[in-house]
Amino acid sequence: MTDLTADVLVAGGGPAGAWAAIKAAEAGADVVLADKGYLGTSGATASAGTGVWYVEPEPAAREAAMAGREALGGYLADRGWMARVLDQTYANMNELAEVSRYPFPVDGDGRQIRRGLQGPEYMRRMRVRVRRSGVRVLDHSPVTELLADGAGAVAGAAGYRLRDDRPFRVRAGAVVLATGGCAFLSRALGCDVNTGDGALFAAEAGAELSGMEFSNAYAIAPAFTSVTKTAFYSFATFYHADGTVLEGAGSRRGRSVIARTLLSEPVLCRIDRATPEDQRAMRLAQANFFLPFDRQGIDPFTDLFPVTLLAEGTVRGTGGIRITGADCSTTVPGLYAAGDAATRELICGGFTGGGSHNAAWAMSSGTWAGQGAARYAAGLGGRAGARTVHALGEAGVRPEGPAAGGHADYVAAVQAEVLPYDKNLLRHGGRLAPALDVLDRTWRDLRGTLREEGAGVVRARSAAAMTAHARWMYRAALTRTETRGMHKRQDLPDQDPAQHRRLLTGGLDEIWTRPETGAVAS
Amino acid sequence: MIEIVSRGRCIACDKCVDVCPTNVFDRGADGVPVIARQSDCQTCFMCEAYCPVDALFVDPRSHALPEPPDEAALAADGTLGAYRAQIGWGRGRTPGAGRAIGPSLNPAGAPLTS
Repeated sequence: MTDLTADVLVAGGGPAGAWAAIKAAEAGADVVLADKGYLGTSGATASAGTGVWYVEPEPAAREAAMAGREALGGYLADRGWMARVLDQTYANMNELAEVSRYPFPVDGDGRQIRRGLQGPEYMRRMRVRVRRSGVRVLDHSPVTELLADGAGAVAGAAGYRLRDDRPFRVRAGAVVLATGGCAFLSRALGCDVNTGDGALFAAEAGAELSGMEFSNAYAIAPAFTSVTKTAFYSFATFYHADGTVLEGAGSRRGRSVIARTLLSEPVLCRIDRATPEDQRAMRLAQANFFLPFDRQGIDPFTDLFPVTLLAEGTVRGTGGIRITGADCSTTVPGLYAAGDAATRELICGGFTGGGSHNAAWAMSSGTWAGQGAARYAAGLGGRAGARTVHALGEAGVRPEGPAAGGHADYVAAVQAEVLPYDKNLLRHGGRLAPALDVLDRTWRDLRGTLREEGAGVVRARSAAAMTAHARWMYRAALTRTETRGMHKRQDLPDQDPAQHRRLLTGGLDEIWTRPETGAVAS
Repeated sequence: MIEIVSRGRCIACDKCVDVCPTNVFDRGADGVPVIARQSDCQTCFMCEAYCPVDALFVDPRSHALPEPPDEAALAADGTLGAYRAQIGWGRGRTPGAGRAIGPSLNPAGAPLTS
């Protein structure tokens, strides 16, 4: 057992966790960062890269940036949060340029273009900065449960060191959950570490979730590959197998047409609306977009190739742990949330921010959560390491009955209910309700017996987290009896003015939903 | 998925063991890392990007191939470890991030970067 104490524990080493660790350390906290994989490569950003919602501080540009997506998000975003995210993102991107010397490309006037980040380069430099900040980094050390003190405040976490094959524990004054969203092991690029673990930990501690109905993001990828880079499909035409054009199919608004077609026949694609100049620029901008094509001998600009849609769940959806304070605190004392683990409804409403808004949210919320956690820990006055703590984990680690294995069967059962397009993307109450029934039974079985030994506890907990996530998603999706944002109900295609409010979700054995009280800024 | 760790090129630095986000590799008894849990590979190409001697090959298909591809052929046409060169990592190379200016997605828009 590795037993550490710290002021702040950050769970997760994607951009949100890295920023949280740096900012907590800059605020004077002694910080431990534990990542499921490796700080610098794990998570949805590191292998992919992303646009960033970076807008110069000019009032008209900021106004346009905020107004541009409000309708798309079903008017559930908050102008105050959007404005402060734009401010913080601008500051953090400038830090990347000045402190980390990130090599931003320059335009014809020699000015840096700071609207995007290449994942490997961004996260490699973030790792360097985290380590220079004095943060103790535990790679390959997934957290498996939170610890709480006698009053219910979160007081650290326990997990497993995969490379050393032994458990670890960190007693901490405060914890930042930056563990990412949940993509249900769909093989979407970089997302297999994102199994929704943080939301499970938070719910066990008594935290609430928000926006869980907005969880049906799917990304286009060449069939049987992982590369879910979608921007360049705006230059594509989609086809039936017989070579006729698939009408209405597209990257931005036509994914449901692709999904519907894929239920019964293959969909082919060709990036045939890019000029030779565009094609050259594409290779410079996103080298990884071309890996599947180059390595399978496909010229995507002239050849037809089959595509698929990979589920991104709450990675590119907007739901997650509910934020209740400007410092990204939650309803649980000592617990903070950042990045995709946290709700992004505050800035995206009910429609995915895609990479751009999510990247801005990750660096902003990470900054605030790190600073907030450091402040909270300082307020404990050195008592953090002295508290008596108990572990909060239940499903997958402390079953109600005799322990048995079987995480892979539970994962397969959950995937069967959340990956199919006609259940999650093309939503209908008549299909969501039976799927939720199956998921509830899966949860009861898992809750009763699932427990695996050694490193197996990590897989068991991920299976539990995915099951819980799927149930929160579908319970919320059934409760929102309208179409709003990315939650499109085929049986209820209209937006209902009476449901212009956010929806909170929570619970484990019994899942509840209720409208958020208080007005949504509009 | 990861298909090849080249015995001829590997310098036993264990960088791939360290950086793999899904813990696919184990240290090999003879120094060359072993692909111990291939089914956990998420085809993210990060091990290939980090390998300092271009000893790795990640096939883009997100399932294991029946037989590993032909290493000699991949080495001969420059594909082995090519992702590292494409993102401009390695001694003497310019980071690709600095040249990453893509096309505009619409006529009035700014160029796409990243």
